[in-house]
Parts: sequence; structure tokens; C-alpha cells
Amino acid sequence: MLDETDRKIIQATQAGLPLTPQPYQTIAEQLGLTSDDVMMRLSAMQNSGIIRRIGAVPNHYKLGYRFNGMTVWNIPDEFIDEMGQKVGQLVFVSHCYHRPRHLPEWPYNLFAMVHGKTQQEVDKQIQQISDLLDDYNLGSDVLYSTKILKKTGFRTGGRAGGRSPKATPQARNRNP
Amino acid sequence: MLTTLHKQLLNDYQHNFPLSARPYQDIADALDVTEADVLSALTELNDNNFISRIGPVIPPNHIGVSALVAMSVPEQQLQTVADKISAYPEVNHNYEREHRFNLWFVVIASDTEHLCTVIDAIEQETSYKAMQLPMLDDFFIDLGFKLDLNND
Repeated sequence: MLDETDRKIIQATQAGLPLTPQPYQTIAEQLGLTSDDVMMRLSAMQNSGIIRRIGAVPNHYKLGYRFNGMTVWNIPDEFIDEMGQKVGQLVFVSHCYHRPRHLPEWPYNLFAMVHGKTQQEVDKQIQQISDLLDDYNLGSDVLYSTKILKKTGFRTGGRAGGRSPKATPQARNRNP
Repeated sequence: MLTTLHKQLLNDYQHNFPLSARPYQDIADALDVTEADVLSALTELNDNNFISRIGPVIPPNHIGVSALVAMSVPEQQLQTVADKISAYPEVNHNYEREHRFNLWFVVIASDTEHLCTVIDAIEQETSYKAMQLPMLDDFFIDLGFKLDLNND
């Protein structure tokens, strides 16, 4: 599993790779490693699934995808894996998770985020999920975000002594 | 607005960024431009917030533990409560959503005990109940998101 060096590499890259000609060398120098170490460890973490992908992380909203719906579905427990996998494969779905219900106020156990440039586009996507789930859908809802109050990249959390600055709409954390 | 190079970088490099000594040079070679072109295009995408970064993406719960949390907060108190919650370094997303549960945030902590401590502290500080929705299973196969950038 992950050792301390792996963790340091992840920490050092979570605000993004440096935009310098040799980014892995830049990271390596910060951590007292060689660039080969950094690349080999990133590659190993990618192979083991610790890292899901290495690449650009687009800001959907800024790119015109203003309609972001969190769709939530009530699926019978015995079919959650089968249905979750189907929904997770849809190209317009960006996250798809099984989460616990909280009865009675929250009956939904499948979450899928959808993104579109227009309300109609999102409505069509939701209809597509609904058609796919068919009789396995016992109820659903869609929650649209009205305001981004805070959004930062991955952090392990809890080690920073201080508190982060106040959030503003569309705020983001660029620095490590 | 977005150039062809911007669009190529946005759509073709969400999941195959090179692990090599000069990755931006490799991208430049593949796209028939210069390394300087790639670096300046990525800097522009970054500075204009079209990308939040270029780098490794870690699925939730692979390092540390996290939970999605929902709260139902009266509209007139929402901003105050949201600001208190956003101030926790462990909170990394915080959205207002149109629903009875109108405040949704993600807490990431080093372990379960720490996660519970943070959520307890948030409940105490805000006096609203936190509905905890930890991820039980992840069904998403992340190959990036196909962006339609043609009609911009």
C-alpha cells in the first residue's frame, strides 16, 4: 500500500503539476527524490487504482455546463450493484455512488451527477437514466446547485493547523 | 475564447497525461505545436479557471475517509452556517442546493474517528443536524468527461 513517500507525492501534486518543462523533476526536487522515483511511483499508484487518472480536470461550469444536477434514486438493495454499474457507464454522468438511505426523510441510495449546457439537455439525461432503471426505480429526485460555497481540490485534511480562507462563489484553492 | 489547442488539451488529456521527463514536449509533438505553446495554453486554461488543475485524480476514500453531509438550514441563516462549515479545512466542497436539504458538503479526514469528530463539531457549532451519506460503493469508471466545445 501507500508509504510516506507516495503520500508526499500525492500531496505535492494535488494542486496540479507544475507548468514547467520538467514537472516531475520540479516535484522531485521539492521532495528530495529523483524524477524517475516520482514517475515510477505515480505509475504504480495509477496501476493499483490509488490514482484514477492523470490529466486535466475541467471546470464544467466555466466551460458552459451551467446545469449540474445531483440525481438521486431509490433502488432495491439487491439490484444496486447492477443498476449502479449501468448508470456509471453513461457518458454524461460524472460521479455515481451508492450511499446509505436515511429513512424516512431520505429514501435514495444511488447518486449520479449529470452535467448539461441547458435545462433541456439535463432533463433528457435524467429521462435516459430513468428509462435505463425502469422498474428498478422506486422513486427519484434531482437537486440543482444554486451556489458553490466552497470548492477545493483533494486534501487529506486535519493536518493543517489553521483554517482556510472564507469561501466565495466559485472559489478555488490553487496553492498547496 | 478557446482555441483549437485549448480544446484538444481539454478533451484529449483528461486521462493520458504523459509520465515522462518532458510531458509537455510529448503533448506538443503529438499535437504538432511547440512545448511553449502547450505550456502557455495550459497556463491560460488554468488562469481563466477552465481547468482546476492538471494532475493526478484520486478517487474518494482511497486516501483518508470522506462523507457527503446534508443539512436542512433556514434560508436566512444559510450563508452564516455555510461560512462556518467552509472554514473547516476538512470540508472541501460546499454547495447550496434547491431542496429541503439545502446545504451539501464533503468532509475528508485522515480516519473515521477524525471524520466523526469533525462532523460532531460542525453539528455543535451550527446546531443543525448533519445527515451523513458516506460512499458505500463507487460505480464510476473515470475516463474523463467528453466536453462539447464546438458551439462556444
